[in-house]
Amino acid sequence: MCLAVPGQILSIEQADDPLLRSGRVDFGGVVKVVNLAYVPEAEVGDYAIVHAGFAISRLDEAEARAVLKEIAALEDIADEIS
Amino acid sequence: MKYLDEYRDAASVKALADAIAGRQTRPWTLMEVCGGQTHSIVKHGLDRLLPPSLSLIHGPGCPVCVTPETIIDQALELAARPDVIFCSFGDMLRVPGSQHDLLTVKARGGDVRMVYSPLDALNLARENPERQVVFFAVGFETTAPTTAMAVLQAQRFGVRNFSLLVAHVRVPPAVETLLSAPDNRVNGLLAAGHVCAVMGYTEYEPIAARFRAPIVVTGFEPLDILSGVLNCVEQLEEGRAEVENRYGRAVTREGNRPAQALMDQVFEPVTLSWRGLDAIADSGLGLRPEFAEFDAVRRFELSAPGTASAGPCRSGDVLTGRLKPFECPAFGTACTPEHPLGATMVSSEGACAAYYRYRRDAA
Ligand code: SF4
Repeated sequence: MCLAVPGQILSIEQADDPLLRSGRVDFGGVVKVVNLAYVPEAEVGDYAIVHAGFAISRLDEAEARAVLKEIAALEDIADEIS
Repeated sequence: MKYLDEYRDAASVKALADAIAGRQTRPWTLMEVCGGQTHSIVKHGLDRLLPPSLSLIHGPGCPVCVTPETIIDQALELAARPDVIFCSFGDMLRVPGSQHDLLTVKARGGDVRMVYSPLDALNLARENPERQVVFFAVGFETTAPTTAMAVLQAQRFGVRNFSLLVAHVRVPPAVETLLSAPDNRVNGLLAAGHVCAVMGYTEYEPIAARFRAPIVVTGFEPLDILSGVLNCVEQLEEGRAEVENRYGRAVTREGNRPAQALMDQVFEPVTLSWRGLDAIADSGLGLRPEFAEFDAVRRFELSAPGTASAGPCRSGDVLTGRLKPFECPAFGTACTPEHPLGATMVSSEGACAAYYRYRRDAA
């Protein structure tokens, strides 16, 4: 039940009440309406982690790249040794 | 898909596993706190890529699994009422109470419905004004803000036929309890990434310092988990015990402030008994007095929960890392996902279910 998955925000509907801010989010082809009240900074095109109908965190592309780069560096070291 | 496939790359998995083996000079035991991580570890066989002297043990990381039998019994009582539509996440439907489970109540005519979001339950209440709609609010700090929002919306829009049976749990007090146990053998922890997405990780800083145990915020994909393990091993080998974040794409130190604010507005910490862990101070969330009208226990004047019976299930030992699922005598014989004896076999994130599904040959 805690499964939370990344999806891309396709559109945002601004409501008068900030509790009702919502948007359409694409999970690899499956599109669902998600409450976006907890990610007021998220914009169309951003990726967000969605859990139980709510986006709980916007994904940071620069941080994602940084970790993958560090891991790629480990691979290079392994290649050099072998 | 973006943010998933890149974190499953086989060559990178191998490089990380090699790096861990290269860093480790002594045996260490790490605990992953979250059932989603347990599932990923067992599914991808990550533990088998690690040196044998590095053990991963599974913590109490599934809110379905730790919900006490006594609260399940309250759920069964509510779900059997003819005036009630009882809503729950799917995992809860098959968790046994002292007599039976929610599916049994449904089969006997109870109106039990599965929902994906507390907002779905709120919508049911709006669509069925003549019925009472009760949402079974379970989950860690990842889920609590979603429940808080449903309560606030119900209040704002005057939805009077909506209430909650609350069994939300908080992770840090449970982690503290585990680390304080006299027989604790956990050297370092992988903290649950999505709980931290909401809460940040400042709560873990005093815990890491007090127990001299590194705590690493970790995601759910194979590379996330191995990179969390590598960081934990590096810290242990260097004699450090800090909180570090290996899930920076989703987690910041302060977490999700708007979600925390709404959670605080609606809930306050309360003492709760966890299945397998007994009562832990401040480890549950209860509705604040201002929201008492949404408390199903009050609304339906439910009797106080009784005491739990001691059955054959050893999930308490599984949830505290004392027992591997296949070491339980009932595993795979008397207890299977079709006929579960305990919550850890029911929930898709329970450790027993993960081993049953991916690792039946390990016994
Ligand atoms: S195998 Fe079944 S009986 Fe044994 S601990 Fe797991 S859930 Fe309980």
